[in-house]
Amino acid sequence: MSLIAITEVKKRFGDNEVLKGISVDIAPGEVVAIIGKSGSGKSTLLRCINGLETIDEGSIVVAGAQFLPDEVHLKALRLKVGMIFQQFNLFPHLTAGGNVMLSQMVVKKTPKKDAEAVARKMLDRVGLAHKFDALPDELSGGQQQRVAIARALAMQPIALLCDEITSALDPELVAEVLAVVKELAAEGMTLVMVTHEMRFARDVCSRVVFMHQGRVHEIGAPEDVFANPRTPELRQFLGVQ
Amino acid sequence: MTYQFDFGWLIDSLPVLLKGIRITVQLILIGAVFGVALGIACAWVRALGPKWLKPVVATYVELIRNTPFLIQLFFIFFGLPSLGIRMSELSAANLAMIVNLGAYSCEIIRAGIQATPRGQFEAGASLAMTPFQTFWHVVLVPALQRIWPALSSQIVIVMLGSAVVSQIAAEDLTFAANFIQSRNFRAFETYIVSTLIYLALAILLRQMLAGLGWMLFLRKASR
Ligand SMILES: Nc1ncnc2c1ncn2[C@@H]1O[C@H](COP(=O)(O)OP(=O)(O)O)[C@@H](O)[C@H]1O
Ligand SMILES: [Mg+2]
Repeated sequence: MSLIAITEVKKRFGDNEVLKGISVDIAPGEVVAIIGKSGSGKSTLLRCINGLETIDEGSIVVAGAQFLPDEVHLKALRLKVGMIFQQFNLFPHLTAGGNVMLSQMVVKKTPKKDAEAVARKMLDRVGLAHKFDALPDELSGGQQQRVAIARALAMQPIALLCDEITSALDPELVAEVLAVVKELAAEGMTLVMVTHEMRFARDVCSRVVFMHQGRVHEIGAPEDVFANPRTPELRQFLGVQ
Repeated sequence: MTYQFDFGWLIDSLPVLLKGIRITVQLILIGAVFGVALGIACAWVRALGPKWLKPVVATYVELIRNTPFLIQLFFIFFGLPSLGIRMSELSAANLAMIVNLGAYSCEIIRAGIQATPRGQFEAGASLAMTPFQTFWHVVLVPALQRIWPALSSQIVIVMLGSAVVSQIAAEDLTFAANFIQSRNFRAFETYIVSTLIYLALAILLRQMLAGLGWMLFLRKASR
């Protein structure tokens, strides 16, 4: 049984068809890398899985629940699937702890004490227990992104969507974030990540999806996709002759 | 100069003056709290609210921002009784100030909301918060922080503008000053004193708003 079943999904912005019939099934515990040129629709696909965009055709089923664009279904979907963004998107007026506590209290009505305990645990998990009281602008980019991961984890999602989560980071800060993701993968979290970190994709991911012009152009195990790209587009993207 | 200054009347008039100060302070506190609350509600409607409500709020805002405060006050106090809505001078003054500040603060707060990065809304949504929960818990405080100086100035403007409520015999500081000088015929001294009191109130109000801003925005909050 697949955890996330994406079937023939199409998405248009006006006349611009950005997703032209995407089908991917993702099993529980899988770590899937999505690679591809800028503008190929990677972010849009993730955003559709999280319900930030509505799809025009096809279906997205997460843990057996069909995605429908009303508030009840959206909430159910987003409780199952967390999302991490390139720009961190921490809430600037709340401390790291406050960021991790907020949605627990607001959405799940978790009592403050319990939410705080969960927040401390999650911040500890990303190596930032000591930054509980720090405001976002007192943290480095890598630390902010790790808080964002803790914030998503606090909702106990069954899968995490990561959209170029290291692209806004200074090179020396990339490793600390990838280390956290790697640990999540090792613990069995289902991950779908858009990434430009090819080494990471090769080492950690169970499957690689190469998107090109709104389609899944190639899909396979990393050793196949990286070692034997079958299409000229992928070869060009990977920079092999 | 041959004019002889005389502040002897101050002692006898102190109770009247103090009452005027109290009413003016009360007007501005009630006006500020409810006016800003109304402004937040209207700003939410204009920036993020349901479509059908937007024209209603837009009409209200433009109506208030393009007519004199004195006329709004007269309309509430002298006009509404024709519709059977009657209220005391003080209630009319309070209502006029709330309605007036509500419209101006709506536009100021809306600017703060619209400057919110899109990622904040998306982060809220991805954490399963409803749009309103995201507005209330995520967007509002930073939006207010952005426009706090402008909002503070507007509150002070409304406080100073409250002087015109004396025109419907609401017994504010200006009413007290008019009353006192009609008794002592010391217009110069009386209005010097009331001017200084307004000045002190305005400075105090600015300080309070700055302090409130500090408490709301700079205090490290983990909730
Ligand atoms: N909200 C939007 N409105 C209109 N066009 C959009 C929107 N979001 C993305 N697009 C378009 O969709 C295409 C794919 O974008 P995106 O999914 O962000 O690609 P990627 O993440 O692979 O770089 C681009 O051509 C982009 O201009
Ligand atoms: Mg993208």
